[in-house]
Amino acid sequence: MDIAIILIILLAGTFVTFFSGDKYASRVALSFSILTAAYSLFLLLQYHTTGAEYSIQWVASPNLNFSLKLDGLSLLMILLNSILLPVIILTTLPHKVPFEKLLYSLVMFMSFAMTGVFLSSDALLYYVFWEASLIPIYFIIVMWGNGDKSKRRQAAMTFFIYTFAGSLFMMAAIIYMYSKTGSFQLMDFYNADLNTTEQIWVFLGFFFAFAIKIPIFPFHSWQANVYQRAPLIGTLLLGALMSKMGLYSVIRWQLPIAPYALHKFQGIILVLCIIGVIYGAIIALRQSNLKRFFAYASLSHVGFIAAGTYALTFDGLLGAVILILAHGFGIVGLFLSAEIIHRRMNTTQIPEMGGIKGVAPKFTIAFLLMVLASIAIPLSFNFTGEFTIMYGLYQVNIWYVIFIGTSMFLGAFFMLRMYQQVMLGEWTFKGAFKDLTLNEGFIFIILIAVVLFFGIYSKPIVEIVTPALQEILVYINR
Amino acid sequence: METVFVLLLLICPFTGFLINLLAGKKMGRTLPGIIATTAVSASFAISLFYFIQILSTNAPVEVRLFDWVTFGEFSIGFDLVLDQLSLLWLLVVTGIGALIHVYSTGYMKDDENVDRFFSYLNLFIFFMILLVTAGNLGIMFIGWEGVGLCSYLLIGFWYKNQSYNDAAKKAFIMNRIGDLGFLVGLFILAYLLGTVDFRAMSFELSDIYGIDKKLLGVAALCLFVGAMGKSAQIPLYTWLPDAMAGPTPVSALIHAATMVTAGIFMVTRMSFLFDLIPDVQTFIAIVGAVTALFAASIGIAQTDIKKVLAYSTVSQLGLMFMALGFGAYHVAVFHVITHAFFKACLFLGSGSVIHAMGGEQDMRRMGGLKKVMGVTFVTFLISTLSISGIPPFAGFFSKDEIMLAAFEHNKILWAIAALASLLTAFYMFRVLFLTFYKDFRGTAEQKHHLHESPKSMTMPLIVLAILATVGGLISLPFGFNWLNGYLQPVILNLQGVEHHSLDSTGWILMGVSTAIALIGFGLAYSKYISKSAVPQEDDKIGGFAKVLYNKYYIDEIYNTVFIKPIYAMADFFKNVVEKIVAASVLAFGKGIAILSVYTKALHNGSVGFYLFVFVIGFCSVVFCLLLI
Repeated sequence: MDIAIILIILLAGTFVTFFSGDKYASRVALSFSILTAAYSLFLLLQYHTTGAEYSIQWVASPNLNFSLKLDGLSLLMILLNSILLPVIILTTLPHKVPFEKLLYSLVMFMSFAMTGVFLSSDALLYYVFWEASLIPIYFIIVMWGNGDKSKRRQAAMTFFIYTFAGSLFMMAAIIYMYSKTGSFQLMDFYNADLNTTEQIWVFLGFFFAFAIKIPIFPFHSWQANVYQRAPLIGTLLLGALMSKMGLYSVIRWQLPIAPYALHKFQGIILVLCIIGVIYGAIIALRQSNLKRFFAYASLSHVGFIAAGTYALTFDGLLGAVILILAHGFGIVGLFLSAEIIHRRMNTTQIPEMGGIKGVAPKFTIAFLLMVLASIAIPLSFNFTGEFTIMYGLYQVNIWYVIFIGTSMFLGAFFMLRMYQQVMLGEWTFKGAFKDLTLNEGFIFIILIAVVLFFGIYSKPIVEIVTPALQEILVYINR
Repeated sequence: METVFVLLLLICPFTGFLINLLAGKKMGRTLPGIIATTAVSASFAISLFYFIQILSTNAPVEVRLFDWVTFGEFSIGFDLVLDQLSLLWLLVVTGIGALIHVYSTGYMKDDENVDRFFSYLNLFIFFMILLVTAGNLGIMFIGWEGVGLCSYLLIGFWYKNQSYNDAAKKAFIMNRIGDLGFLVGLFILAYLLGTVDFRAMSFELSDIYGIDKKLLGVAALCLFVGAMGKSAQIPLYTWLPDAMAGPTPVSALIHAATMVTAGIFMVTRMSFLFDLIPDVQTFIAIVGAVTALFAASIGIAQTDIKKVLAYSTVSQLGLMFMALGFGAYHVAVFHVITHAFFKACLFLGSGSVIHAMGGEQDMRRMGGLKKVMGVTFVTFLISTLSISGIPPFAGFFSKDEIMLAAFEHNKILWAIAALASLLTAFYMFRVLFLTFYKDFRGTAEQKHHLHESPKSMTMPLIVLAILATVGGLISLPFGFNWLNGYLQPVILNLQGVEHHSLDSTGWILMGVSTAIALIGFGLAYSKYISKSAVPQEDDKIGGFAKVLYNKYYIDEIYNTVFIKPIYAMADFFKNVVEKIVAASVLAFGKGIAILSVYTKALHNGSVGFYLFVFVIGFCSVVFCLLLI
């Protein structure tokens, strides 16, 4: 029961926000999101004291279970989701938007659906949550996005068709698994006895869904448009949380089910991931729109995480989990920075910016720290993740490390180049640039605190997630 | 208690950094410098305390904190070690660091962002201390990248000038290329040995039976690539001359005395590994010798006073690497120390000159400064004598030991190094003569403005000049060799080796070295004093001199070979690949759409919309099912 409470809070939040009216919607949503965060912290404390996993069965009709499972991995994902939710709401809270009650209730609903994805241990339930998370983000992009309406709709529709098409493959895979095992239960899937051909098809079915959601090269072409067109709150939900849903699902649903196919495709997929890392870094050099720039930066970084998951070593998986969390916090800081500049200077074009350092010292420190975290400077959360992933990849093949390692300087190249163009040089813009407001400063302090703390001391995370990963590894190496 | 005291080494500069970062703007222009200097001096005092302690106890102090990174098999902890090697470096870093902080209070006093300057400088000291006290490769890497970050911040300190920012970015990226090598080396060692702790690795490698020696060689090579980046060796050296865009105290501290010697420190720290792989050692020696000559040859044609010193630094670092390649770690360490003294002094002296010239760095506009700037001149002269290898200054002894080691191991490399030394003596006296002798060649306004620098700047110069004179005492060739005995516990191949007193070859070589230095001096004297030559203006330089002046066009070559293709690739990805990927997905989608239209023959509207309705419908049905 106690895991389901977090879903109940979020669902209640969705409805209460909607019915509280435009005037109070944002604050109601914020309150519910804080409540969720508090509850997930309570789960964390409980988890520590009991130190065990536990699963709950709710309404149990013959083959359809409302079954949730909380282990170290899903606990961390829940924490990421519930701690970032209030932060994400805070980024938009001070600004007036049309149809506030609808926007914030959609945000709450999306968080509800993603939490469901992280908790489900029943494939059908998981699939329902997975698809349900798509609906709110579609409307958020169409209704509150940037640019003219047809462009927004086009971006949202492309995204929708893309991810939905991917999901259909997964649906097929799940139905096949059901016909094979007679159950939708996660553990039954893990223990299913599939021959090699079956494994390959099931594996590919899951792969398309996740590769598009993450996205892995070359399934990324929806991403830049969507990140550019979506409003800040939508971009953050997509980049910080939804892409993590794909990565989480790889670890939870794809890897342990088809070990034979997994090892067969590992090389190709790793190459794709690493191409994505390098491709994103290089193409970012030619982006003049700051939001598109961050979209490609993100493509590069999630490729890194995906490579960690497909390394199929403990260190690869561990690093992937760490980097999932780090990237979630980091990307909020980067897109928030882009939004701050956009609001103050009324442009998203990098060549029109410059010299902000001279007029906004606090913002400069915050932005620089986020940039440094994203290029994985040691003592940042991101570094711990990338470092661990690289060691995991080393155990597969040294060349993977060398190629993915080029992102150390390619990443530094495109990020520092952007930082130079945006922040350094002479301030030539006509008009003032207001330094961080209290609200923005507060958000950055939270982000920086997280990024630094876990960059110095990541052991709590490792301890929480290790048993879950080891269990999954047993199935991978079966 | 011990732990806290050791940690104070790090806490002091870090606190200084935080205070100046957060409250610097409110403190005016004097207080930030005082805070920062106090912080570094405190670290120096602590280092001195432990140094004196280890002289009597001979026992390293170790501090273990919590785990930093955890792998499945092992973890990397925050382990700090104060042993003979790290303490020696700590004294140099914090000692010269403190002097340069003092100097900066004078040099930077008119800068509006002086608080930021001192906060970065303290942060640099913090990371440098972390680098040298690290007990394992992982923690060393934090310091390694941290000093690179501070270097980036300080090169681009005057951030309104975009070409300075370019230099800063270049430094950071080139360093990161090396850092990748460092990391790969670290991973190999971690995988082979199951640890990256220095002592544990040394223990594991004391018996290499069953360890893949080839892979070990790759690890050593990778680590050396890291050292190439940080210590500006061919081919990763071009960032260092550009790094002169930073304020001159930064050039002295980071890009001459301390950070760029990190590569030498790391190789010395890992001597137990490099000793096992003679091939890599030979490679290091060759890279070092070639770099020494190559950079020195560029140095003779430069007209910017700081650029000459920068190429000189690259060249001297090359000599140190050559010594490392011969397994003569103690010699390299010796030269690091004397080099820190005379090169810091030279840079600060050039800063004093630039200060007096109102920012002018071109030696063609200088001349005759010895009349106005007595202290700067004398200290610069002493350091020039020291770097040129003229007895009895410190540089003579350390360079002589390098030449001796080279002569014993490889005559060709010795010849290359000897030629580099000749060029060194030449370009250093060239700087001295062009700057301080003959008549002033600048504008009248500059001439009016000429002055000796304030005490805060000349005092560090005097201290460094004294050190550049007597620094050789720590390792004399006549059997009074304190340094070798001191380093014995930390450098394996020094153990049990009696330092042999000089034989006749040694004496002859010493004479040859001195003669080489004097020839360099003589060439410079005849050209710039007797013939009163002044380097030509840019457009008049021709022939090979032009190639040297343009640094063999290496920057242009790198730009064509690496940077431009990356941009071309970016264009290609953006304009071609993205479109192909998008189009093929679209075609795939259309295919399905056409298929569905034919099969169902229902509607010809938007496929997306139907999918959308389908999802919502499907979800609601399942939800209802679940809730019933």
